[in-house]
Amino acid sequence: MRNWFAIKLPVLILVLWALLSVVAQYLPLQPDHIQLERVLAGPGRGTVLGFDDLGRSIADRMIVGARTSFLVSVWVVSLSLLFGTLLGTFTAYHGGWWDRLAVLTVDIFLAFPGILLAIALAGLLGPGIGNVVIALTVVGWVGYARLSRAQVLSLMHREHVQAAEALGTSRWRIIRKHLLPMMAAPLIIEATFGIAAVVIAEAGLSFLGLGVQPPGASWGAMIRDGTRYMLVAPHMVMAPGIAILAVVLAVNLLGDRLRDRLDTRMMTETRDRP
Amino acid sequence: MLTFILHRLLGALLVIFGVITIVFLLIHMIPGDPVEIMLGESAATADREALRVALGLNRPLPVQFQHYLSKLLHLDMGISIHFRRPVSDLLVERLPATAILAALTLLLTVMMALPLGIMAAVRRGSLWDSGAMSLSMLGISIPNFWLGPLLILVFSLWLGWFPVSGHSGPGSVVLPALTLSTGLVAVLSRMVRSSMLEVLGEDYMRTAKAKGMPPQRVILHHGLRNALLPVITLLGLQLGALLAGAVITETVFSWPGVGLLTIESIQSRDYPVVQACVLLISVTYVLVNLLTDLAYAWIDPRIRLGRTQ
Repeated sequence: MRNWFAIKLPVLILVLWALLSVVAQYLPLQPDHIQLERVLAGPGRGTVLGFDDLGRSIADRMIVGARTSFLVSVWVVSLSLLFGTLLGTFTAYHGGWWDRLAVLTVDIFLAFPGILLAIALAGLLGPGIGNVVIALTVVGWVGYARLSRAQVLSLMHREHVQAAEALGTSRWRIIRKHLLPMMAAPLIIEATFGIAAVVIAEAGLSFLGLGVQPPGASWGAMIRDGTRYMLVAPHMVMAPGIAILAVVLAVNLLGDRLRDRLDTRMMTETRDRP
Repeated sequence: MLTFILHRLLGALLVIFGVITIVFLLIHMIPGDPVEIMLGESAATADREALRVALGLNRPLPVQFQHYLSKLLHLDMGISIHFRRPVSDLLVERLPATAILAALTLLLTVMMALPLGIMAAVRRGSLWDSGAMSLSMLGISIPNFWLGPLLILVFSLWLGWFPVSGHSGPGSVVLPALTLSTGLVAVLSRMVRSSMLEVLGEDYMRTAKAKGMPPQRVILHHGLRNALLPVITLLGLQLGALLAGAVITETVFSWPGVGLLTIESIQSRDYPVVQACVLLISVTYVLVNLLTDLAYAWIDPRIRLGRTQ
C-alpha cells in the first residue's frame, strides 16, 4: 500500500501528464470552442469538468494546459541543465579567474529571490511561451552551475582524474569521460526537483498574466480566470489547481525516492551556503 | 572576527553592485523601443523624446549607467510614468504593508514549524512523524496562487471570518500570511526535524536525561537550543522565498505591498518602478542574508575562527 502511494501513483500521474501532452495535438480537442448556453456550467451531463466563463470545455483546456506545462518544463530543465553544467564544470576545472568570475555571477543571480527575476524578465520581454522559457532558464541555470562546480571541486583530485592528467588526456576528454559520469546522479536528482519548480513557476507566471496569452491554455491562467467566479463556479479553480498539485507532488515524491536510491552523500556535501 | 566581517561585507557589496547592473540592464532587454512600449504607439513624438531624455536613453550605455548609479546613491530612482511621482515615494508608501505581511508570515512559520518538527523528531517513526512529513510534502507542492483562492473561498466567502481581499482592518493580513507561510513551514519543519534528530543522539542529552531532568526541559533547553543554529540560517535564506512569494500572494489578495506594486507596474509598463521594486526586494534579501551570516558567526565561534585562520 505504501509502495502504491509513494511510487506507483506518482509514476502513473507523470506518465499520464507526459502522454496527454504528446498526443494532445492529435486529439479532437476544442479548447477554444465557445458554447454560450453552457457558460460557467458545472460538471455533469455530457461533460467531465464543466465549462468556463466563456463557455469553453474545461477538460479540453486542461489537456492543452498539460501540454503547455510539460513543454515549458522539458525545455527549461534541459536548457538550464546544459548551460549550468557546462559553465559550472568548465570554470571549476579551469580554476583561477574564470572560476571566481563564475562564482560571482552565480552569487549575483542567487541574490534575486525565487522567481522574482523571471517575473521581471517575463514582464519586460512581453508575454508568450517562448519568453517564459527564456525567463525561467535565465533563473534556472544557476542551481546546476553551483552543483556541478561543487562536484568538480570534490572529484578533481581523485586518483583516476590525476592519472588521466598525467597521461596527457585533453581537458575536454577528462571532463567528458572522467568527471561528468560521476556527476550524473546528483545532477539528475536536482533536475527532477527542477521539473516541479518549473511547473509551479510557469503556472505562477501565467497566473500573473505573464505567460501564455489567450486563447492559449495554461493551468495557471485557468486558475486566474477562475478566481473571479469562485462563488458561482468553483469548479473552474479546482481542476487546474488539483492538476498542478498532483504533478508537483508526484515529481517531489519520486525525487525523494530517487535521492534515497542514488548516492546521497554527494548531495549533502554540496548543500552549502550561497 | 573583524576579517570575517570585512570579507563578508565586501562580498555583499560586490553582489549588490552586480544586482544593480542587471536591474539597470533590464530596461535594455525590452525588444524594440522601450519608450514606444511604455507610452504606446499613439504618443506624440515630443512626449517620446521628452521621456527618452528623462530616462537618459539617448546617451551612450556607460554614461547612462554612471548616471543611474549616482542617482541611486541619492536614493533617486526616477519618476513613475504612470503615477507621475518619484518612485522612491511609491516604495516608501508600499513598504509597510509588505513588512507587516513578512513579519506575521515569519511569526506564523516559526510557530507552526517548531512544534511540528520537534514532535516529528522526538516521536520518530510514529504516526506524528509520518503525518507531519506528509503535511510538509503537501505544503511544498501546493502553489500559493491556488491555496490563496481556496482559503478565500472557505474562510471569507463561506465562513465570513476574514475580509476577501485588500487592506481593511487587522483581520485582512491573516489569510495572506497563512498562504505565504505554508511553503516555508513545510521546508522549515523538515529542517527542524533533521536537526533535532542529530542533536537527540548527543551525549549531553543522555546526561541531562540521566540526572533526572523532566523530558520536556531536556528537549527544549538542551535539544532545541543546539538544534536551532542551522534553522536560523535556513530562516534567513527562506526570507528570499518569502519575498518572491509575496509578489504572487499580494496579487492574489490585492494586498497593497511592494509585490503588488511590481505586478501593477509591469501591467502598466511603468518600467522605472519595476526596476526599483526588483532592486529593493533583492537588496533586502542580500542584506538579510549578510546579517544572518554575521549573527551565525557571532553565535557559533567555529565559523568565524575556521574562516579567519
